[in-house]
Amino acid sequence: MSFWLIQSLNSLALGGVLFTLAAGFSLIFGLMRIANLSHGAYFMLGAYVGLSVLDQGYGFGWAMLAGGLSVGALGAAVERLVLRRLAGKTLAQVLATLGIAFIIADASLWIWGGDPRPVSAPGFLRGAMQLFGLTFPAYRLAVLAMSIAIAIGLWLLLDKTRLGVMIRASVDDMHMARAIGIPASRLFTIVFCLGAALAGIGGVIAAPILSVYPGMDADMLPLALVVVILGGLGSLAGAFVGSFLIGFIYSFGQVLAPNLAYFILFLPMVVILAARPRGLFGRPMA
Amino acid sequence: MPLQRSSFARSAALLALLCLGVAHAADEPIRVGFLTVRSGALAAGGKQMEDALRLFLKERNDTIGGRKVELFVGDTAGQPAITKTRAQELIERNKVHVIIGPLAAFEALAIDDTIRSSETPTISPSAAAEDLTQRRPNPWFVRAVGTSAQPSHPMGEYAATTLKYKRIAIVADDFAFGHETVAGFQRAFEENGGKVVQKLWSPLNVADYGTYIGQIKPNVDAVYAVFAGGNGVKFLKQYGEYGLKGKIPLLAGMTTVDEGILKSMGDEALGVVSSGWYAATIDNPNNKRFAAAINRDYKQDPGYYSIGAYGAALMLEEAVKAVKGKVEDKAAFMAALRNVRVANDPRGNITLDALGNPVMDVYIRKVERQNGKLVNAIVKTYPAVSQFWTYNRKDFLANPVYSRDYPPAAHLEK
Amino acid sequence: MKRLLLVAVAAAALTLPLWAGGAYYVNLASQVMIAALFAMSLNLLVGYAGLTSLGHAGYLGLSAYISGWLMLRLGWGHGASALAALAGTTATAALFGLVALRASGISFLMITLALGQILWGVAYRWADMTGGDNGLSGLTRPNPFGIDLAAPGHFYFFTLVVLTVVAGAIAMWVRSPFGASIRATRDQPRRASALGFNVSLIRWITFVVSGFLGGVAGLMYVYYHQFISPHSISLANSAEMLLMVIAGGPGTLVGPMLGATLVVLLKNLASAYVDRWVMLLGIVYVLIVLFLPGGIVAGLDRLGARLGRVPAAPRRTSEATPPPGATEASR
Repeated sequence: MSFWLIQSLNSLALGGVLFTLAAGFSLIFGLMRIANLSHGAYFMLGAYVGLSVLDQGYGFGWAMLAGGLSVGALGAAVERLVLRRLAGKTLAQVLATLGIAFIIADASLWIWGGDPRPVSAPGFLRGAMQLFGLTFPAYRLAVLAMSIAIAIGLWLLLDKTRLGVMIRASVDDMHMARAIGIPASRLFTIVFCLGAALAGIGGVIAAPILSVYPGMDADMLPLALVVVILGGLGSLAGAFVGSFLIGFIYSFGQVLAPNLAYFILFLPMVVILAARPRGLFGRPMA
Repeated sequence: MPLQRSSFARSAALLALLCLGVAHAADEPIRVGFLTVRSGALAAGGKQMEDALRLFLKERNDTIGGRKVELFVGDTAGQPAITKTRAQELIERNKVHVIIGPLAAFEALAIDDTIRSSETPTISPSAAAEDLTQRRPNPWFVRAVGTSAQPSHPMGEYAATTLKYKRIAIVADDFAFGHETVAGFQRAFEENGGKVVQKLWSPLNVADYGTYIGQIKPNVDAVYAVFAGGNGVKFLKQYGEYGLKGKIPLLAGMTTVDEGILKSMGDEALGVVSSGWYAATIDNPNNKRFAAAINRDYKQDPGYYSIGAYGAALMLEEAVKAVKGKVEDKAAFMAALRNVRVANDPRGNITLDALGNPVMDVYIRKVERQNGKLVNAIVKTYPAVSQFWTYNRKDFLANPVYSRDYPPAAHLEK
Repeated sequence: MKRLLLVAVAAAALTLPLWAGGAYYVNLASQVMIAALFAMSLNLLVGYAGLTSLGHAGYLGLSAYISGWLMLRLGWGHGASALAALAGTTATAALFGLVALRASGISFLMITLALGQILWGVAYRWADMTGGDNGLSGLTRPNPFGIDLAAPGHFYFFTLVVLTVVAGAIAMWVRSPFGASIRATRDQPRRASALGFNVSLIRWITFVVSGFLGGVAGLMYVYYHQFISPHSISLANSAEMLLMVIAGGPGTLVGPMLGATLVVLLKNLASAYVDRWVMLLGIVYVLIVLFLPGGIVAGLDRLGARLGRVPAAPRRTSEATPPPGATEASR
C-alpha cells in the first residue's frame, strides 16, 4: 500500500515539475506556432541564475524572480531580433532555436563551470514530512502546490484579462484578430517573454529536485516536447493534464517495466500520436 | 681518388647529420597528447584531470627526464566519434609521442584500433572498463587507474565479514561502469555469505531518484549505491529526503562520494562507507604534498580524476627516465611503461601487472567531517589488490566479462 | 560558369590526398563526405518532401549495429553483413514510415524523434546484444577487390565513389517525374491529391528511400570509425544532421554537402583555435537564419547572381513562397 502511495506522490511531484517546464512551451506554440527548441536551455539558464542568486545569500523567492525576469528578458530579445520573421517557417525556426540553445548551453558552461550544482530548498521546506505514515520530501509537495498555482494563474490570465482575451483570439484566428486591430507583433513579444519567463521560473523551482548541471537542457527538452505534444499543442489544459499523465507513466513505468525505462515515454507517445495526431486535447491545426 | 674521397665525404656528412639529428631530437620537446572532456556532462571530471596534469607540469617546470614537454589538449566532448578524430589529430597532425587519456571507457574502446595501428603509447588516467586490461588488451595501452571492480571486490568482502550485513539492495547507474562495479561487489559479497536481494538500475540521466528510492525494500541491512559524475550528489540528497538516512546504512562505490563531488554535499553524506584506491586523506608525504598543492591551486581535494591524471603523468616520467629520454624508440618506451615502478605516487608504490593494470592498495573509507570539511577518512586498508582480487587469473579471464547480468544474481527477491 | 565550378571541385576532390596536408586532413575529408551522405539522405525527406525528421540518426545506428554485430558475433563477411544491414534498415524505415506519416508538421517531428529515441534506448539497454554504452568495437573495414581500406587515402577514394554514386542517384531521382511529384506533395498537397497523386504513398516511398540511404551512410560510418555505440544514435546527432540540411540549403542537391562541410569543419578545425566552438557553431546557425535564409546555397546563389549581374532564378525550396502563376521549376 505504502509503495503505491509513495510512487503516486512521486508521480504527482514529477508532474508538477513537468508542468512548470512545459507550460511556457505550450503557450508559445499555441500563439506563435513556433516550436521553441531552446526551451530546455531557458529552463537551465533560469536554474543557473537562481543558483547564483542563492549563492549570494538571497532567499528562494528572489531566486525565482531573478530566474524568471532574466530569462524573460532574454526571450523578449530573442523574439524581437531573431524569431520575429520566422512564423510558419519550421526549418528556420529549428535552426534558429537550436542555435540559440547551443549558445546558451555553452555560455552556461563557461560562466558556471562543469560541476553539477545541488540547490537547497527554502529552509522551511527542507527535510521530510510525515504523510499517511510515510516519509515524503516536503519540497516535492510544495512543487506540486506551486505548479497548481501557476496553472491557476495562467488560466486567470487567459480567461479574465484583456491580454488573455487578445491571446485567445489570436490563437483561434490570427487573421481575424489582426483585422480587428489586435497588435499581433507586440502580443508575440509579450507571449514569448512570458513563456521564456515561465521556463526560467520553472528551472529555479525544479532545481532543488533535479539540481543544475551541464546537459540539463538536452535532458529536459524531450520531456517538454512529450508533455506538450501528448497533451495537445496550444492547450494549456492539455499541458496540465499531460504533465501529470507523463509523471505517472514515467514513475510507474520505471518501476514496472525497467527494461523499457529509456523509452517509457516515447512508446506511448508514438501510439497516441499515430492514433490521434493532434494529441489528447489539441485542436486541429489551422 | 675522387670517388673514394666523395664517398668518405658523404659518409662523414651523413654521420654529422645523424649526430645533429640525435642531438636535435634531444632538444626537441616530448610531445604529449591529452584527451579530455571539456564540454558536456563529463566536463567536471575532465577539468580535474587537466588541472592535476598542469600541476604536475608546473611542479617540474615542463621538463621530464631532462627534456622539455609540449602538451597538446584535445576536447572529446564525451563523444566516441570526436574522440577518434582528436586522437587522429594528436597522432597525425601534432605527432605526439604518447597520449594521456581518454576519460571514458567507450572513448577508449573507440580509439582502440587507432592506437594499435599508429602504435602510440597510451596511458589512460580514468577509463576503468575491465576488458581493456583483461580479455582485449592492447599492446600499446596501459592505465594509471584500476578496473571498475578492483575496489568493489574488497568492499563486498568487508560488507559481509566486517560489517556483517546479510541482505543488501543495490541502486546503481545503468551503464557499463555501474554494471562492472556492482558485479565485483556482488560476487565477493555473496561468496562471503551475503545475499543481494534487490538490484535497481537507474538511467544515467534520470530526472530524479524518487522512484528508485521508493522501491528499496525496507528490510535490507544496507544499500550499495554506485553512481558516477554528479549523480551521487542527487541520490544522497534524496535518500535523506525520503527518510532513509539513518534507517538504512549506505555503502558506496568510489565515485559516489568522490572528493570531486563531496565538496558539493552536506550532512547527508556523513557516515557513508565506500571503497576506492585513493583518498585525499592518505597519510604519506607524497600525498600530503599533492593534496595540499591541489587545494592551493584549485581550492578542492583531489579525487578519482585528479589522481588518475597525476598518476599517469608520474608513470610517464618514470618511463621516460628509464629510456633516458629517448621516447622516439617506441618499442623500448612502451616496454619501459609496462615495467614501470612508481615510488613517489601519492597512493604509495605503484606497479603494473602483466596486462597493464596497476596493483594498488584499496581503502575502505568513511565520510567524516574534519576541520569543517567533508573527507573520506580511511577505516581499513587492503594492500596490493589486483584486478583479479583473490581469484585465479586464468579462471577469471575464462569467465565472461562482468556485466549487468554476469555474475547472475541468484538471491533476488520479488 | 557552373560547369567550370563543377570541374574545379571534381579536380580538387580527386587530387585531395595530394594537397590536403597530411593523413589527418584526408581523414577529415572522409568524415565530411560521410556526413554529407547523411545530410543528403535526410534532405530527401526534409527538403524535397517537406517532412522534418529528428530521428534520422536511428538509421545510422540500425545499419551500423546490424553489420557490426553480424561480423563480430557471427563472423559474417563484409558483403553479406552490409546487405543484411541495408535490408534491416530499409524494412525498419518502411515500418516507421507507416506509423510516422499518420501525422504531419510538429507531430511528425515528434514521432520521428520518439522512434529515434526508442532505437537509442534499445541500443543502450540491450547490452547483451549491443554492448550497451561500450558499444561494439574491433570492427574491420572491407577490402573490395583486395584493396586495403585501412589507409586513409584508400578509404577516402572509396567514400568518394560512394558519395558520387549516391549523389548521382539522388540527382536523377529528383529530376524525374517522381521527383516532381514529391515536391508537389510538399508545396501543394491538396492540389496534388486533387490531381490524382497518391500523396501518402509518395511520402512513404520517399521516407523508405531516405531510410535506405541513411543505412548506406551508416555503413560508411561504421567502416570509418570501426566502432559503434549508442552515442551515435543520440537525439543530438539527429539534430546535427537536420542542422546540416537546413544550414546548407534544404531542397537543393548541393546544400546538404555544404552544410555537412560547414558543421564538420567547424567542429574539428575551429576547436583547435577556439575553446568555445560550441557557442561559435550556435552563432553561425543564428547568423545563417538571419542573413542567409534558405541556407548557404541560397546565399551563394544571390552572391553569384550579383557577381554575374544576372537576376537569380527563384529557387524552389520548401519555404520559399511560389511566385504567382509559376509552373513547376525543377532544379
